[in-house]
Amino acid sequence: MSIAEPLTQPKQHEVSDQPRINDFVIHVATVNGSGSQSANTALLRAIMQMGIPVSGKNLFPSNIQGLPTWFTIRVNKDGYLARKDHVDVLVAMNPETAHSDVMKVPAGALVVYDQPLKLDSLRDDLTFYAVPFNDLVKPVVDMPKLRKLVRNIIYDGVLAWLLGIDMESLEIAIQKQFKRKPKAAELNIKAARVGYEFAKDNLPAQNKFRLERMNKTENKILIDGNGAAALGCMFAGVQVVTWYPITPSSSLAEQLSDYMTRYRMDPETGKATFAILQAEDELAAIGMVLGAGWAGARAMTATSGPGISLMAEFSGLAYYAEVPGVVFDVQRVGPSTGMPTRSMQGDVLFTAVLSHGDTQHIMLFPNSPEEIFDMSLEAFDLAEHLQTLIFVMSDLDLGMNMWMSDPFQYPQKPMNRGKVLSAEDLEKIQDWGRYKDVDGDGIPYRTIPGTHHPKAPYFTRGSGHTEYARYTEDPVEFTKVLDRIKKKYEKARDILPAPVIEQDSNARIAFISYGTSHWPVVESRDILRNEHGIETNYLRLRAYPFNKQVQDFIDAHDRVYVVEQNRDAQMLKLMRMEFTPEQIAKLRSIRSYDGLPMSSEHLLTHFFEQEKA
Amino acid sequence: MEKTTNASSTKTRPQKVNRIGLDLNFYKGEKTTLCAGCGHNAISERLIQAFYEMGVDPYQVIKLSGIGCSSKSPAYFLGYSHGFNAVHGRMPSIATGALLANRSLLGVGVSGDGDTASIGIGQFVHLMRRNLPMIYIIEDNGVYGLTKGQFSATADVGSKLKTGLVNEFPAIDTCAMAIELGATFVARSFSGDRKQMSAILKAAIAHRGLAMIDVISPCVTFNDHEGSTKSYAYVKEHDEYLDEVNFVPYFEDITVDYEPGTTLDVELHDGSHLLLSKLPEDYSPFDRKKAVQRLMEAHEKGEVLTGIFYVNPDAKTLFDIMHLHDTPLVELPEEKLRPSREVLDEIMDDLK
Repeated sequence: MSIAEPLTQPKQHEVSDQPRINDFVIHVATVNGSGSQSANTALLRAIMQMGIPVSGKNLFPSNIQGLPTWFTIRVNKDGYLARKDHVDVLVAMNPETAHSDVMKVPAGALVVYDQPLKLDSLRDDLTFYAVPFNDLVKPVVDMPKLRKLVRNIIYDGVLAWLLGIDMESLEIAIQKQFKRKPKAAELNIKAARVGYEFAKDNLPAQNKFRLERMNKTENKILIDGNGAAALGCMFAGVQVVTWYPITPSSSLAEQLSDYMTRYRMDPETGKATFAILQAEDELAAIGMVLGAGWAGARAMTATSGPGISLMAEFSGLAYYAEVPGVVFDVQRVGPSTGMPTRSMQGDVLFTAVLSHGDTQHIMLFPNSPEEIFDMSLEAFDLAEHLQTLIFVMSDLDLGMNMWMSDPFQYPQKPMNRGKVLSAEDLEKIQDWGRYKDVDGDGIPYRTIPGTHHPKAPYFTRGSGHTEYARYTEDPVEFTKVLDRIKKKYEKARDILPAPVIEQDSNARIAFISYGTSHWPVVESRDILRNEHGIETNYLRLRAYPFNKQVQDFIDAHDRVYVVEQNRDAQMLKLMRMEFTPEQIAKLRSIRSYDGLPMSSEHLLTHFFEQEKA
Repeated sequence: MEKTTNASSTKTRPQKVNRIGLDLNFYKGEKTTLCAGCGHNAISERLIQAFYEMGVDPYQVIKLSGIGCSSKSPAYFLGYSHGFNAVHGRMPSIATGALLANRSLLGVGVSGDGDTASIGIGQFVHLMRRNLPMIYIIEDNGVYGLTKGQFSATADVGSKLKTGLVNEFPAIDTCAMAIELGATFVARSFSGDRKQMSAILKAAIAHRGLAMIDVISPCVTFNDHEGSTKSYAYVKEHDEYLDEVNFVPYFEDITVDYEPGTTLDVELHDGSHLLLSKLPEDYSPFDRKKAVQRLMEAHEKGEVLTGIFYVNPDAKTLFDIMHLHDTPLVELPEEKLRPSREVLDEIMDDLK
């Protein structure tokens, strides 16, 4: 359809008097380092236990203890996982932010707060529930230090009664949360019960926001993207992992280390089938990946923007000397140090051409834990097949937040270790050149150090080299190799993960997104269809360089909105670099770059603004 | 194979073979492109000889380097070994990754004083403290050759450039530093001293752990003039042996005669013997503090102190610390690398 009349604005959020069942947002404001993470995850898990789709996003400071942190839980019966801009139920535990937290919620919202904060005088259009947390925690445990840690779980109990979470689900959730610490589990359950009993005896019941059992989470798992990536790497058979601590990627390497220590010690010898080394910096981390990849191992590192900047030089060497490796970039907000604990898709443009000279890299864009698990497997196959670095572009939202997910599928295929020549192979070959295109796909054959054959050894270098890996400054020899690498890169377009396309209607408007920008697009398209009668099509990118389907998709539409989470429309710029003027003319941009995962409200506001223009 | 045809001019007629049946030619590399008389070429020659005499399988050796004149030299020895010429100052990370991937390889890294003591000081420091089993050679001439003669961080205070420019910054003593950081075999030699360097290199090949060798290697083009403390003339005049180094590989009988009490016999991990004689009375090559102190004294006196300063043949290596599999990781079959379907099911159940 074409748009004849200006479209209406998205509907403003308002809290109506109709009871809202399994569709609202709980916002918990606490101080970090106070045990709130456990309380929040238990709450999330309890709702999931009830069969209700739920997502949780931790909006936390770059700090260890004592600064404000917020946790947003979105309960949604239809399974939308994007962040919402508004709040329906506020839990105000942090004295520093309580005032502004309360002032920001829409009329009609519920506010559970720590009694001494006396928030109920601030507004008369909200329902307030005062809870004396300090008094309630006293009988639970004597030690002041423990009191501080279990104090927060009391609000889980209060919310359970207020919103209709059954205590059984909450207790199961707490058990799971502390599964390796039974004493802590016991104490936390006790505290949650205290909260529940207090609420039942003292707080007026409400019917505006209710949770009711569903069956939409059966068999689902709860996992963060970094954990999912770690599992993917372990099942990909990773051998060498080198990393340098940086938020938000550290927990990828740390979880990988935990899993590997548990599942990848050789039962016969008790020794590690892997090496995980914390490097001195990101330069060394990527250097070690190159060394290991060159020596024939599956090697990886995990980092974030500042680390990517430091890895630029070695990335160029990997590209030119054709050394495999996998780099996870869990993107955070830049430029510079930026906001280290906030999310962004800000490294896309830089990574595409990371390093000096003519350098081009391959990127994968996972949008969920399940997909980052699959892509981790695929990344190692691609790296070894293409003999280059594969960048898996995650972000803080995917990496560090807990996501409801289907269980992961065991790898279907054996590993693809790429074109590696053994001593026996070399015996049969007359003429082998390390950088020669033999099969016409631009991918040369390599040998691994330690191969016992006189033809095997060659000198790997970042300086100009011939097809036989010999030093050269000869214009013809130099360009021959460079052009062949380009050919390899061009041909890779067809073997990289294809875009996911939803093109069911004759819609003239379309969206393109990637990674976590997917989630607001899903919800926005449904809102456009259901509330505005606007049909749209959708292409979700999963890899760069682009597949031909991307251009075909653009050709089939009048206006294509590229949705991404950065200021400079980085993916759109990459499209501009290679698409036709006609295609480029159709592209429009919707962006957010405030550090918060994009909401559908934001997306639609910007969509309508541009549709009207 | 091009290596044999192109580099034939540098090769001699095969006369005899070593203990693994290879002749010396098998250990040579391409023709050097460094300046005539460059100390680095002498070091390459000593490496060829040492690997030949030790009977090392060249296919099991990896040569690694950074950027600079020194870092070009791995092309000029061991032509039948894989090589990796990395980026400036970052060879240690390439070596670390490669050797973790395949612990059966023998790594020989060649760096320069700029590549190690300036741009690469960070990776150098961490390589030393991890005790990664490999040989790390600094071809040390106190000057940047490939960019035409700027001071490096190992240049001594008061040392003069050809242009007359005087260095005002204190020199980094890479040996003292390596000892302090935990390297387990630390030596200094001079490219003009064939005998000493050969013994040190062979002992380094036998050593299990990181062997750091700083070799004063004069730059004939930019740092061999009067006023330089890294010139042939200066080093010859000021060279001072800490000890006399002899090496007997495990596959040979000890035939060196020495007076009892005059020589320290250090048994290395593979059963080879490192014989250190004429050591100063109160000196022990197992004492890090003494070693650093002696190096500082030498510096004050303007001596170019050479020899093996410190050795610890039994220290835990990075492989030990990481409980690394005895089979090189790259040789492990897929079933050892990919856990079973049951493991994934177990993890998924745990996450429900």
